[in-house]
Amino acid sequence: MTIEGTVWKYGDNVDTDVIIPARYLNVSTPEELARHCMEDIDAEFAGAVQPGDIIVAGENFGCGSSREHAPLAIKGAGVACVVARSFARIFYRNSINVGLPILECPEAVEETEKGDRLTVDLEAGIITNLRTGRIYRTSPFPAFIMEIIQAGGLVPYTRKRLEEQSGYRSAMVRPDE
Amino acid sequence: MGHTLAEKIIAAHVAGGEGDDAEVWPGDLVEVAVDVVLSNDITAPIAIREFEKLGVERVFDPDRVVMVADHFAPNKDIKSAEQCACMRRFARAQGLLHYFDVGRMGIEHVLLPEQGLVVPGDVVVGADSHTCTYGALGAFATGQGSTDIAVAMATGCIWMRVPETIRVVYHGQLQPWVGGKDLILYTIGQIGVSGALYKAIEFAGPVVDGLSMAGRFTMANMAIEAGGKAGLFAVDETTRAYLASLQVASLQVASLQEASLQVASLQVASGQVGRLADLQTRTLADLLPDDDAAYAQVIEIDVGEIEPQVAFPHLPENVRPVSQAGDVRIDQVVIGSCTNGRLEDLRVAAEVLRGRRVHPDVRCIVIPGSQQVYLDALREGLIEAFVEAGAAVSTPTCGPCLGGHMGVLAAGERAVSTTNRNFRGRMGHPESEVYLVGPAVAAASAVAGRIAHPRDL
Repeated sequence: MTIEGTVWKYGDNVDTDVIIPARYLNVSTPEELARHCMEDIDAEFAGAVQPGDIIVAGENFGCGSSREHAPLAIKGAGVACVVARSFARIFYRNSINVGLPILECPEAVEETEKGDRLTVDLEAGIITNLRTGRIYRTSPFPAFIMEIIQAGGLVPYTRKRLEEQSGYRSAMVRPDE
Repeated sequence: MGHTLAEKIIAAHVAGGEGDDAEVWPGDLVEVAVDVVLSNDITAPIAIREFEKLGVERVFDPDRVVMVADHFAPNKDIKSAEQCACMRRFARAQGLLHYFDVGRMGIEHVLLPEQGLVVPGDVVVGADSHTCTYGALGAFATGQGSTDIAVAMATGCIWMRVPETIRVVYHGQLQPWVGGKDLILYTIGQIGVSGALYKAIEFAGPVVDGLSMAGRFTMANMAIEAGGKAGLFAVDETTRAYLASLQVASLQVASLQEASLQVASLQVASGQVGRLADLQTRTLADLLPDDDAAYAQVIEIDVGEIEPQVAFPHLPENVRPVSQAGDVRIDQVVIGSCTNGRLEDLRVAAEVLRGRRVHPDVRCIVIPGSQQVYLDALREGLIEAFVEAGAAVSTPTCGPCLGGHMGVLAAGERAVSTTNRNFRGRMGHPESEVYLVGPAVAAASAVAGRIAHPRDL
């Protein structure tokens, strides 16, 4: 799966309170959340972002709250991929779980500017900057995480396992039920 | 080579590995059984939506799935009311034994330990980043998103990468008015907001050995503000005394002996087992790091020179000693939260506020962390001291900490707060500011109308 999109560039420590401010946490659909995505640091973003665009950011992207509303808002805004120097761990898990592709690639972040066009080959972990022609390779996901991604997220992955495995610790397989 | 406390607790929970010989190392991807799964009125609605997609009828154990209406409760608006209603319907339909609504609820991370729902050696996952608070009890507790929590509610299991551990060792003599909040703010100032990214933090040394449970909860609570996956304390006499003091049926512990947490040392109330059954399977040796554990990093901190700390906007790492805060005029003070909403915190604040008045330009809001804390504070006369000083006292809620309700800031306003985050817009308008402090500096600042050290009042 290859993505091509325009870059929105941000700095270090973009926290979940600016990705989606808590005052909007009384709703939870990606479409509603997307309207306010990034608004406290970039008022232009929510109105101008196009489907397939790519967020490129510095260290510790998604730090702070565990709110899954953050990757949902980004996904709902149409962003196809986030490339960062590093991710906060809860955000990292949440993105995989909800099917928002994310890649750690400090070199690509260093040399990418707002408005650049990037292509991202998720399976091969290759990022190409179409402005500079530079090509970057990232570490692939561990096999276990690739399985979750290939299943379409944690819920379909788990559903499949629950159907397959009778020994899984679950209410479904309790002997008294 | 030995193991850190995080590694030992995770190893004991590796799913399918019933024996005692399971061993895990940092970097391993493992599936672990969880003891408690938590969510709140913000995160539960998404978790419930995902749970329903799993094709599972019932949660894995209604005694271990905990839900608390604390963030936007009492309901702040119609949409929040709908979210609370969604969670309430689910809790009733599933027969959850530990669902806490207005009047019984508290801020989740104050409430769960108080209710005896988390015990040493547990693996706890919660759809709230401050779930790491329970590390104070010697549990491996970590925040996750709603989808992870949905799967945990259904299966009782989660996958995780075993984290490396950073050990932080505190030595020396604490100065007056310096507490757990100041130690953790100072530590975050040293290592930065991504200093413990993907890692567990083990808090150790003679200073934390002498720290109360309230101080330990405060420190573990903010492990996430350094990027940490968990923040843990070894179990000791302070932990045991805390558990023994709990007045809850699920954990009636008359005494917990030095050598072992096993059954002989415990007296179980008739017919009430609850979490005690889990505790009985764990020995003290399971709840301490090995002497030869391997750490990613060991940080030694001499606390002798540490003053009360202030984290300036807009990151918890922007820490300065209060004496170097300068003349910061303030509009609001919040004393409470999962970080500093316990009885001991309110005692410190009351000690400063008693006989004084909140500055005329300041709104001071005090929020006991649970109904029990509220009642204890009332009986001790702390609430009276707050009201007489001109502070507002609220029912337990997370409200202002995340700019929800009960103290939202206008553009240009500044708040001093005992909460845990000062990100841009955290407490309201994106042009407002939050300064993080402990309860002593918060109360002193409320009186002075600017950031102040209590000794200077």
